[in-house]
Amino acid sequence: MTRFSAWNVFWNGLTSQKGWSRQWRDPEPKSHYDVVVIGGGLHGLATAHYLAKNHGIRNVAVLEKGWIGGGNAGRNTTIVRSNYAQPGNREFYEDSLKLWENLSFDLNYNVMFSQRSHISLLHSPGAVDAAARNYNTMRRTGAPDAEIWSLEQLKQAVPHLNYGPNARFPIMGAALQKRAGTARHDAVVWGYARSADQMGVDIIQNCEVTSITRDAEKVTALETSRGTITTSKVGLAVAGNTSRLWAMAGLGRLPIESHKLQAFVSEPLKPLLDQVVVFGVGGAHFYISQSDKGGMVFGGDLDWYKSYAQKGNLPIVQDVSEAAMSVLPCLGRVRLLRHWSGVVDMSMDGTHFICKTPVDNLYLNAGWNYGGFKATPASGTYFADLIANDRPHPVIANHDLKRFERGLQIDERGAGPDPKLHG
Amino acid sequence: MIRIPCPFCGIRDHSEFTYGGDGSITYPALDAPLQEWHDAVFQRENICGVQTETWHHVNGCRMWILVDRDTMTHEIHAVRPAHPDLAKALESSS
Amino acid sequence: MSATRLTKGGRIDRSRTLKLTWDGKSYDGFVGDTLASALMASGTQILGRSFKYHRPRGVMSAGVEESGAIVTLGTGVRAEPNTKATMQELFDGLSAHGQNAWPNVRNDVGSVLGLFGRFFSAGFYYKTFMGLPPFEWGRGTGIWMQYEKLIRKAAGMGEASRLADPDAYDHAHAFCDVLVVGSGPAGLNAALTAAQQGKDVILVEQDFELGGDFLNQTDPAAEARRIELITALQAAGVRIMTRTTAFGLYDYGTAGLLERVTDHLALKPEHSPRQRFWTVRAGATVLATGALERMVCFADNDRPGVMTAAAARSYLNRFGVLPGQNIVVTTNNDSAYATAAELAVAGASVTLVDLRPEGGGSLSEVMADASVAVRTGLAPLRACGRRAVNGVQLARAEGNSWATADTLPCDLLLVSGGWSPVVNLLSHRGAKPKWDADLACFLPAPCPDNVVMAGSASGIWQGDACEASGIAAAKTALGQAVEGPVPGGWDTPIKPVYEVGLPDQKTKGFVDPQHDVTSSDVRLAHQEGFVSVEHLKRYTTLGMATDQGKMGNVIGLALMAEALGKEIPNVGTTRFRPPYTPVAIGALAGRNVGDHFRTLRRTPMHDWNLRHGATMTDAGLWHRPWYYARAGETITEAYIREAATVRQAIGICDVSSLGKIAVQGPDASEFLNRVYSNAFAKLPIGKARYGIMLRDDGIVMDDGTTWRLSETDFLLTTTTANAGKVMVWLEELLQLRWPDLKVHVSSVSDQWAGVSVAGPKARDGIAACLEDPDAILAENLPFMGVTRTRLNGGIDCLIARISFSGELAYEVYVSAGYGERMMDLLWAAAEPLEGCLYGLEALGALRIEKGHVTGAELDGRVTIDDAGLGKMASTKKPFIGSALRQRPELLRPDRPQLVGIFPKDRSQTFNGGALLCKPGVTEGHGEGWVTAVTHSPALGHWIGIGYISGGHGDWQGKTAIATDPVRKGDIEVEIVSPHMFDPEGERMHG
Repeated sequence: MTRFSAWNVFWNGLTSQKGWSRQWRDPEPKSHYDVVVIGGGLHGLATAHYLAKNHGIRNVAVLEKGWIGGGNAGRNTTIVRSNYAQPGNREFYEDSLKLWENLSFDLNYNVMFSQRSHISLLHSPGAVDAAARNYNTMRRTGAPDAEIWSLEQLKQAVPHLNYGPNARFPIMGAALQKRAGTARHDAVVWGYARSADQMGVDIIQNCEVTSITRDAEKVTALETSRGTITTSKVGLAVAGNTSRLWAMAGLGRLPIESHKLQAFVSEPLKPLLDQVVVFGVGGAHFYISQSDKGGMVFGGDLDWYKSYAQKGNLPIVQDVSEAAMSVLPCLGRVRLLRHWSGVVDMSMDGTHFICKTPVDNLYLNAGWNYGGFKATPASGTYFADLIANDRPHPVIANHDLKRFERGLQIDERGAGPDPKLHG
Repeated sequence: MIRIPCPFCGIRDHSEFTYGGDGSITYPALDAPLQEWHDAVFQRENICGVQTETWHHVNGCRMWILVDRDTMTHEIHAVRPAHPDLAKALESSS
Repeated sequence: MSATRLTKGGRIDRSRTLKLTWDGKSYDGFVGDTLASALMASGTQILGRSFKYHRPRGVMSAGVEESGAIVTLGTGVRAEPNTKATMQELFDGLSAHGQNAWPNVRNDVGSVLGLFGRFFSAGFYYKTFMGLPPFEWGRGTGIWMQYEKLIRKAAGMGEASRLADPDAYDHAHAFCDVLVVGSGPAGLNAALTAAQQGKDVILVEQDFELGGDFLNQTDPAAEARRIELITALQAAGVRIMTRTTAFGLYDYGTAGLLERVTDHLALKPEHSPRQRFWTVRAGATVLATGALERMVCFADNDRPGVMTAAAARSYLNRFGVLPGQNIVVTTNNDSAYATAAELAVAGASVTLVDLRPEGGGSLSEVMADASVAVRTGLAPLRACGRRAVNGVQLARAEGNSWATADTLPCDLLLVSGGWSPVVNLLSHRGAKPKWDADLACFLPAPCPDNVVMAGSASGIWQGDACEASGIAAAKTALGQAVEGPVPGGWDTPIKPVYEVGLPDQKTKGFVDPQHDVTSSDVRLAHQEGFVSVEHLKRYTTLGMATDQGKMGNVIGLALMAEALGKEIPNVGTTRFRPPYTPVAIGALAGRNVGDHFRTLRRTPMHDWNLRHGATMTDAGLWHRPWYYARAGETITEAYIREAATVRQAIGICDVSSLGKIAVQGPDASEFLNRVYSNAFAKLPIGKARYGIMLRDDGIVMDDGTTWRLSETDFLLTTTTANAGKVMVWLEELLQLRWPDLKVHVSSVSDQWAGVSVAGPKARDGIAACLEDPDAILAENLPFMGVTRTRLNGGIDCLIARISFSGELAYEVYVSAGYGERMMDLLWAAAEPLEGCLYGLEALGALRIEKGHVTGAELDGRVTIDDAGLGKMASTKKPFIGSALRQRPELLRPDRPQLVGIFPKDRSQTFNGGALLCKPGVTEGHGEGWVTAVTHSPALGHWIGIGYISGGHGDWQGKTAIATDPVRKGDIEVEIVSPHMFDPEGERMHG
């Protein structure tokens, strides 16, 4: 495997790119693995990477029914931030952000993590106070980059937001996280795949799990479209399909509902916006950044009804465009190039699950709501740790399925047990 | 645009409605044990396929309706008022 | 390419000259031209620069697939980057300039990047730019972000204005039985067939003229047929929309259309929208969207002067431009033969190069008549020339490889690599197209929705068959069983070819020219394992440019199939995403922008409040009075004065935005008893009660007072923020959970105007306005009493003696239309009592002094106990939330409790949003937080309200720190009871 470096890019440029080999192998599935991770998305691949890297568990397979990164990994708006405030989430996402900061080096793959800062616009004194509470919490829990900006500071940084007299909700200031930003989503998928593969993990694409065989305590085998695989431990990381596999394992219901989230990209433009900007007032929800290729990447709310379809409908297209124009009125003549959607597993409190299950050797990683992409490195780290040690790390102690029975809802928005409200 | 045949108003854009949730859930009596309430409030079958779900015609007749809809294709198979007496009344009048 | 405008022919109007400016120079065109045809006629060749290598590019097509002539239209606030010159109708005064180039597209310094192209292979940026070269030393993201700055500057295409778009956009809605997309031979017939069956038909055409391929023909019979069909359509009442693109198909036959209303006009009518976004709901949809001609990948196939054969035919026959003098037409199918003949007839010297050893069969004879030289068994290997093509090197097919053949000089190289039906819209519906190996194209697959394909969009190549196919498609869409023509229609089969090249060839051949994706990029992707179509697309950016893969997708797929040794259908196809062609975000937003974004709600007294000096603030969607500053007052001075006036005399506050719900019926009291945590069953008539409702999960949802007006009639009030949510919730409970209850709920928020009148003189003030002043005597209207009476002038009103401020206070409600009259009366009475009008800021001060909670405290995470209202949770009855509020985490004694907060040094202030911590503990989540802070006129210093673990009992005599590192420093505070003023409530009971 050729290491990725400027030197090798140069050398291969001179030698017709002959030195590059497959970034990950295409192995036939073995009949037995120590750990099988179902789901070749970001979380599954990251888990495999950290199983091998942090725990020395290398006899690992990642089973992917299609092509790796084909789900939400390749459909999100690539924002990375850690401005979560609830205990448990705060620590988890902060750890994740710290892992992002060296991810390119850890993977020897440029994931283009750009800490271009994340700006949440604030429109009322009450909103400033509410944001301040969260950002004060961040300051005291490992995020020195949390700031509250005055209107003047904001105008200097982003001069072309709608500060005009016709703004429906005049901007008063902003909450800023400087170390937040964006990364290249596909690169993260491939980077983890390449790195895991190098350490011996088998990444098996076009391999769909068709049934889960188990006795009272344990999963004993997985039937797949490419044959039977036995394994000592199974990790589920199948956003958008969690309930289906859960039912396949005979486990009944979950505190999860699958919803559809659309994303949008414009035609490529010369640099127009250097930060991630988030707008949420009057029931609107909108976030936008500009990719390195120049496209304005943006999104908003869910389509508001449960769906497993990866196709969106026009009301949200309109809703998101209205918000876009309200924040950045210069976008009027910028053209939407593509819109698409992904299936997000919304949980009952807006927070994920990384936990043990009623089956001894089955582990669950699910319910990522809007948070899946940014969570990737921490999700992989803690899920691998859970699988390897068969006990939750203290950081994820409350990210379990039983928390609702205990009365613990890790509810950043205070929206209550209605999955669609946690966007 | 999903087009929902509201039993009271006729076929309308889904943007006139709000999606409620899983319509198959029976909420327990108010004095039922905690576990029953936990299961009703927090646990979901999350069907991929045809499920019964609740919608509210919030920008229309304000009625709650039960819709049998495929969550994969969005195809609607049946619609009826959520209120059983209204459902019966409509049935007998048609 | 030395294009010339012909003196006759084409559909342009030579009598009407239009002026245009390109890169600052003036040119002429005619009515009927596109920007591309006018510039071509003027001899302009380099119109764009490519994304990565900045290679010079000219016109490559005559349509939506254009990947070369991409320009910026207009300047300043109306600059429109990334416009396809082939799609822009010419108008007088049109101004355009080149983009992604410096100093201009003809001489672009950036083209130096092309010299280093060998290092810029697909995905090279994933392999470097991490750390310091050559071995990527470093940590963190700093080094990458330096590189990124340069990369971002180099990337992007056009430059967007940073100023607000000055134009307006409309939304429109339509319904029809049949929507027909495309007005070529198939579309016109489909629309006519449906219309003649009495159906309501909408026909949309993206072009400014109807006719599709009819427009590219020279035969007068074709034009006659076009006119005949259009005339019949008009007679049949078909709604015809030109300059309108069906950009997306969605659930249930919904289509999104973009109509370009004024983009083609020199003088834009003042009140017209620029564009209109239509949502059409169609019973059936016929897609007669045509087919796009494919290029072939060969070395330097992107040079200005290389274009599709179909494009040349369009420029010749429609726009009267002979695009070259010395033309080589290369093809692998029959379609280019007519083009070659017509170009020759128009005066060009034409050589036709057909890859098929047998050539075009009988078509070849026509070539001889037109003096077109025909060569067979050959294909283009390399385009010669740098800034413009000046020849083509040919290759001979030898088995599976190629051998160099001769070079033909030319100034225009046309390529026909086969045709791709436009299946994009069908793909939006999730229907996967099927590869047809005989026709070498993807054909539409059956769609579960009522969407039918017609004409060349379904692989039918001949005009007559397309017309028949349109008729059949319309009938199929209407549920009539018919057999339409089968796909195909060429005499000699196509010989598929996607790439012509020699092994180890160094020169670039472009698959997706706009993004500079080359055949070697595709092969590198294969070599590195990116073999799934989606991986290929993402790794190489193939198909991600503004033509959305119209030009390159099939070639890329074919090259991957070859590399894998598989057939194309086994490699897959990417799913096309809407929109079909890019759509202005302004159009999608429509009129709901600026101050029309989200409905603004005003109370019935809004204007009255403004006339009396109110400054408004946003409260959800409402504008509510914030404060009423007198001359020279700041907001702080104003609210302190207002709050003090309420405590000393009388104040009036508009509370109309509170939610008001009429709860009526024989079971109304039982219903409220279940909804509220406290008892409502025995609330006497003429009494109000403060109630708290919980969510199912036991967390507080909302609070408010409910007034019993009769045995069966209650008026329930909610907070402003939750008015809609509570209404929906009550409807859900009644219709879904408790259908046995005989209760009806109606929102009456908009029917009532309400004010709070508070202060020791409140009774006097109101009494002066009443026909019966005794109605509110303490004995007639005790605390929490409700009465119906009349204001002077016979205005019916409801008065409840309830208090949020802690003073003697009343809420007075009248029918919304009498709101201003009520304010006139009350203010006339209150002003002489040295009263005031007060806004939300003073209201906040008064309620904080009293420890009353609002949305800041009830944030969706607190229990009724946390908010200090545990005594309001009945133990005698079950209610919504009573089960789940008993969960252990919600009962923990160390949960944060509502408290009051005083600064230790009373002269100091602190902020809402500050965290409450133990002294000396500088890390962690802290012990609590401050929700709101005000200056208390009653106490004479700043006070706050918030939550802290254990509540004020645990903190007696201790110091806490209110820490606010994001805004100001630490302040020492004392934790006190939340009831900071008049804890016994003597004032409001008085």
